Amino acid sequence: MSSQIDIDITVPNQTRYLGMIGKIGESLAYTLGNYQGDREELAYHLNLVLTEAMANAICHANACDPTKEVKVSISASDKSLIIRVFDHGQGFDIQQLSKEKVKDTDEGGRGVQIIFKLMDQVQYLKKGSGHVLEMIKHLH
Amino acid sequence: MQLNIVEQGEVVKIEIQEERMDAHNSGDLKEKMLQLFDDGKCNLIIDLSDVRFVDSSGLGALVSGFKNASAREGSLKLCCLQPQVRSMFELTRPHRVFEIFTTVEEAMESY
Repeated sequence: MSSQIDIDITVPNQTRYLGMIGKIGESLAYTLGNYQGDREELAYHLNLVLTEAMANAICHANACDPTKEVKVSISASDKSLIIRVFDHGQGFDIQQLSKEKVKDTDEGGRGVQIIFKLMDQVQYLKKGSGHVLEMIKHLH
Repeated sequence: MQLNIVEQGEVVKIEIQEERMDAHNSGDLKEKMLQLFDDGKCNLIIDLSDVRFVDSSGLGALVSGFKNASAREGSLKLCCLQPQVRSMFELTRPHRVFEIFTTVEEAMESY
């Protein structure tokens, strides 16, 4: 019996949709068939990762342009969870950003670091006229 | 962002009446705190009882308030963090910056 789940969502490039996308991540954590870990923790982490990745796409890559759209694609199997967030931006060096030191009193710079802490593999790749942030979490 | 502001002597308590503090609404908190600082109110308690989720923007707003309060010789203290919010603070480390109290009363008594 297949346990593959694929979700594709496209929303306007507006931060008011962050809560909705985050909740989808939370629901997914409680729905995954064979996950043996702490579901409550996974739910919070997926909410957080989706919120950070979406906010990055909306506010930075797409420069808060409300006429643009953000596409999110989530694929879950027994073994892994793959989240892809597509934007229309020029791109940036995500590996470099993830290594920058954030001081306790810095107001920004934590979003990408949170994604790297909570996911097992993170890549930011050119895709068409924009980029895709691909984040993978191993479930076993 | 829905905020309830309660002034008690020298201290202003801000109750965040939202389930989420994220990039959509945390700018409102930053703005409200700046208004309070401009009015000379620099001792703040942020009551996070209702908040179940904080992202990096929400943390950024709190750090901004902390820095602005400190620069004016006041302080910003936090209270009533739900476990998920506390774990987010531990993940990103600004819990080392803030004074965090379990209850509003404890936070009030610390002034």
